[in-house]
Amino acid sequence: MLRKVYINVTAAYTKDGTLLPIYFLWEDGMRYDVDKVFDFQKAASLKVGGQGVRYRCRVMNKEVYLFLEDNKWFMEGK
Amino acid sequence: MERVILHSDLNNFYASVECLYNPELRDKPVVVGGSVEHRHGIILAKNNIAKSFGIKTGEAIWQAKQRCPNLIVVPPNYERYIRFSKLAREIYRDYTDKVEAFGIDENWLDVTNSVRLFGDGEQIANEIRERVKSETGLTVSVGVSWNKVFAKLGSDMKKPDAVTVISQDNYKRNVWSLPAKELLYVGPSTWRKLTKIGLYTIGDIATVSPAVLKSLLGKWGEYLWSFANGLDSTPVALISNESIIKGIGNSMTTPRDLENNEDVKILLYVLSESIAERLRKHYFKGKTIQIHVRDKELVTIDRQGQLNTHTFISGEIAEKAFEIFVKNWTWEKPIRSIGVRATDLVAADTYTQLSLFDDENIRVKKDFLEKSIDDVRRRFGHYSVQRALQLMDKKLNANPIEENIIFPVSYFR
Repeated sequence: MLRKVYINVTAAYTKDGTLLPIYFLWEDGMRYDVDKVFDFQKAASLKVGGQGVRYRCRVMNKEVYLFLEDNKWFMEGK
Repeated sequence: MERVILHSDLNNFYASVECLYNPELRDKPVVVGGSVEHRHGIILAKNNIAKSFGIKTGEAIWQAKQRCPNLIVVPPNYERYIRFSKLAREIYRDYTDKVEAFGIDENWLDVTNSVRLFGDGEQIANEIRERVKSETGLTVSVGVSWNKVFAKLGSDMKKPDAVTVISQDNYKRNVWSLPAKELLYVGPSTWRKLTKIGLYTIGDIATVSPAVLKSLLGKWGEYLWSFANGLDSTPVALISNESIIKGIGNSMTTPRDLENNEDVKILLYVLSESIAERLRKHYFKGKTIQIHVRDKELVTIDRQGQLNTHTFISGEIAEKAFEIFVKNWTWEKPIRSIGVRATDLVAADTYTQLSLFDDENIRVKKDFLEKSIDDVRRRFGHYSVQRALQLMDKKLNANPIEENIIFPVSYFR
């Protein structure tokens, strides 16, 4: 079963007002860079229970989701 | 041109939101219920598994547990429900500006002018259904028809996560066979009157002469007849015409039964203070004050009265509420729950008619006083400043802010 893991995220606004994540710190303190944001849309996480803007990202050559729920970021952790 | 009306209903709304946030509950019988300790132990919503045990909204939790001992009861989380209600409405808004809420979980949409952009009613309904599922994690059932009444009936026919079309070709088959009590505004007492003269289905209502219904039910009889025949032409309100907040109210099931006017006065002041605080917070003033009183036997009355002018002063709201109460309550039974609500809201800086007979300077001072109390309470807590009246019974002096009742809304406005 997956867990809802809240993470520290550093994100930046583009000049047209879009918010994009740059890197995040996993709960063990490890830093991971977001190499690419493929897309983002409103979505629910049925796996861990939550709803917000879901960013589909490439991190360490893997595709992962980052969720921005209100003003907190979370991931679906193992 | 025939209208295209959708009615979208969020399925098992409160329970679905709770299950979304607690995935481990999804395959168990779950209800959302008030707290038993504070005597609001009734079921507000249930998921489908709980429904299969025959559990009904409104019944007591202890009763439900007799039928389903493993029932999981979670407390309500209104802020979260309001957030999801708004998310759904944002999706509807992408298809039309005519979106009219009916309670927190139901909306009508008039998409007549959008069909060339997005496809026919059924296509739009399906698109909405898919988007709600992916964007919010909840499901909706949508009814599609040419009038609001049939659209609403349609949304009840197949659920969850489904679309039902009621067209001119199929309504006699689909709608007319339904029991009359499914029709909007056929409550228990109307239902009794109808069955007495042998009208059991919506089709029975539709095919009887409207004069018969009028003599039985008054002008409502004619409405029901036109509803049953699909002749309802009530428009779907524009989203911009609808202030998101129609009224601000609070109600409480009291920790002990209220026995006399003094008890009620304490409660009315507690409730009015919270309402006034929220009016100020949202920058509104209200003019019509409504009260809602329910006795031990759950018999309920609703009464209302008007103030001379719009206000967000708690004392004025409480005095009016108390005046309405004293005029209307005969004290045959002790009271179990009580509510106050301010409606007829205007933005707080709207120019309003001043009264010739009241001293407006005093009202300005009261405005400042109440805002200062808000500040003190924000910094030092709700109980840091209180009325002497509220110290007379500590048990009754609760902070009702978290218990916002969502009042039913009328179909005709």
